[in-house]
Amino acid sequence: MIWEVPCYAPACMTGLAINAEKLGRRYGRRWALADVTFRVPAGTVLMVSGPNGSGKSTLFRVLATAIRPDLGKVTVLGFDLIREREDVRKAVALLSHHSYLYETLTARENLVVVSQHLGVGTDGVGPLLARVGLGERGDDAVSTFSAGMRKRLSFARVLLQTPRLALLDEPYAQLDPEGFDLVDDVIRELKADGTTVLVATHQLERTSRLADNALRLEGGRLL
Amino acid sequence: MDTAVHSRSTRTPLIFLGLGALLFVFGSWWGLFIAPAEQYMGDVQRIMYVHVPTAWNWMLGVIFAFICAIAYLINGKPKWDARMEASVEVASLFALLLCIQGSVWAKPTWGVWWDWDPRLTSVAVLLFAFLGIIALRNFVEDPVKRAVWSSVATIIASVDLPIVYFSVKWWNSLHQQQSTPQTVSSAFHLPLRINALAVLFLMTGFIMLRTRVAAARLSEEMAPPPMVPGPAGELA
Amino acid sequence: MIAALRKELLLQWRSRAQFLAVFVFGASSLLLFSFGIGPNAEVLRQFSAGFLWLGLLLSSTLTLAESFHDEMENRALEGLLLLPSDPRALYYGKAIANWLQLTLLGSALIPVMVVLYDAGTDRIVALLGIVALGAAGLSAPGTLYAAMTAQVRGKQTLLPLLLFPLIVPALLASVKATSLVILGDPMDSLRAWVVLLASFDAIYWALCGLLYGRVIED
Repeated sequence: MIWEVPCYAPACMTGLAINAEKLGRRYGRRWALADVTFRVPAGTVLMVSGPNGSGKSTLFRVLATAIRPDLGKVTVLGFDLIREREDVRKAVALLSHHSYLYETLTARENLVVVSQHLGVGTDGVGPLLARVGLGERGDDAVSTFSAGMRKRLSFARVLLQTPRLALLDEPYAQLDPEGFDLVDDVIRELKADGTTVLVATHQLERTSRLADNALRLEGGRLL
Repeated sequence: MDTAVHSRSTRTPLIFLGLGALLFVFGSWWGLFIAPAEQYMGDVQRIMYVHVPTAWNWMLGVIFAFICAIAYLINGKPKWDARMEASVEVASLFALLLCIQGSVWAKPTWGVWWDWDPRLTSVAVLLFAFLGIIALRNFVEDPVKRAVWSSVATIIASVDLPIVYFSVKWWNSLHQQQSTPQTVSSAFHLPLRINALAVLFLMTGFIMLRTRVAAARLSEEMAPPPMVPGPAGELA
Repeated sequence: MIAALRKELLLQWRSRAQFLAVFVFGASSLLLFSFGIGPNAEVLRQFSAGFLWLGLLLSSTLTLAESFHDEMENRALEGLLLLPSDPRALYYGKAIANWLQLTLLGSALIPVMVVLYDAGTDRIVALLGIVALGAAGLSAPGTLYAAMTAQVRGKQTLLPLLLFPLIVPALLASVKATSLVILGDPMDSLRAWVVLLASFDAIYWALCGLLYGRVIED
């Protein structure tokens, strides 16, 4: 079931979380994203689907400013993606399939490092660990964690940043059924807070229950 | 590739090369046969007519590479990366030539191939640094990343050159001072200057040609995607 | 930057076993140098400073490359960059941590040098100071290049290839200064070498900090 693309009416235009025009990004001779144009109203949940290698992760990484676009013009939360990169970063958090974790540090230490770099206090770390179900394993090194546990910790990392735009790249991957519920709860909570959420996923049925809109990528192009 | 474009764009560098070669032949003939022999060293000194021009131009090449690196980091235009790639390679070639010339001069004069002269040693160090940069370029596929990184490395290496020179000079000063001959007499000046100009033309020609090769490759790498007329017309 | 430094020190503390391994590598290279030269005590003493610094230089390629291993494993460095973090703060945090580690390594190799080459001296403080300055000279460009080469294929060969020509002035000055401290300084030229070393450090700590952002961003 393909959902409608976000509306183009002026009312929608003003509250745009993302405005992408002809976005392009290549790796060598291959274009991972080509001619991608879409708009996402603020405070909505957008589901991004597509087969493996269709460019979902690349799209998220571009929006998170991890990589630069080769072509096109993108504004995120009103900030230009290239010229106002710092501002975009302050407001955006990415859940990537790279965990961004330090293997030799404990779960707690990983979150503390993030807090210190953000310049926020470390009081929130403990409750956050409990929230994602890692309360007991907080003081174990990440190298001892299973894939699902790392995913949960990465989630905690995202929540720690209190973003206005959350980019979740395959959040359900590697999680157990309780984890699935956790992800759903988090998405609902983020939306309730007014955060815009993009979810790249293969769990189409589950996510479409939460999503306001959907996009599909194939071969780097929007369908 | 398009031969018409090719022949037009290589005319200027070929002129430089031709002029340079001509002047070089003239200047070297003068230096080898007409100019008087240096009073202490005899005919071996004549290598200066090639060595000194090469050295001056090497220096210019390094400065040019440094400028291209900064220009690229500031405005990101690929042509500066192409020029930098060319000048780094040409400067490396000249550095190698300098080391060879220096050794050829040193052996009959001092009895050793290498005498740790500060200038030549600095050239050798920078040769290795530039070779490292060329190696770095070969390991990075993404053209933008490659350009940024090699610009950074070129800047760092170029800044190092004066520091290397002074440190080697002080390091070597504790030992017997062995200096390369100074060309002071005016009889030496003319062929020297002719050759300096000649090598300048040659170097410019080389750099221009090499830049074109680099630029051609870059424009191929950065080609825009094929525009597939997809079924998504209404969304575009 | 303090946050970055704290993280670096924590990471280093966690992998302290690695430090021991690198120390053994450094010490054994000092041993190998003496085998290369021969059991001539006078000659060995003469060149002890050179051996020390060569040993430290070789070991530094290991520690510098290692300092980015944790960052690249799960792309943690990118994660920090996106928070956002100031790349310069990240640079100085890591460069300082690497500097401390190299200074520690150099200091640990001094006794090895003293024993193997009979290269003792009373001026311990001066010696340690030179080690610190020299280590700073290795750490600044080393951290920058390690960041670069950690992201490419030929990382093990590229790092020394890029770094070694660059740090020649630091190497010369460190060896010279160390040599003067150990063997005596009849012409009081130590200050000149220390100034050279300090200038090298100042220039490269500033320059590399400026350029680091371009190296770790895409």
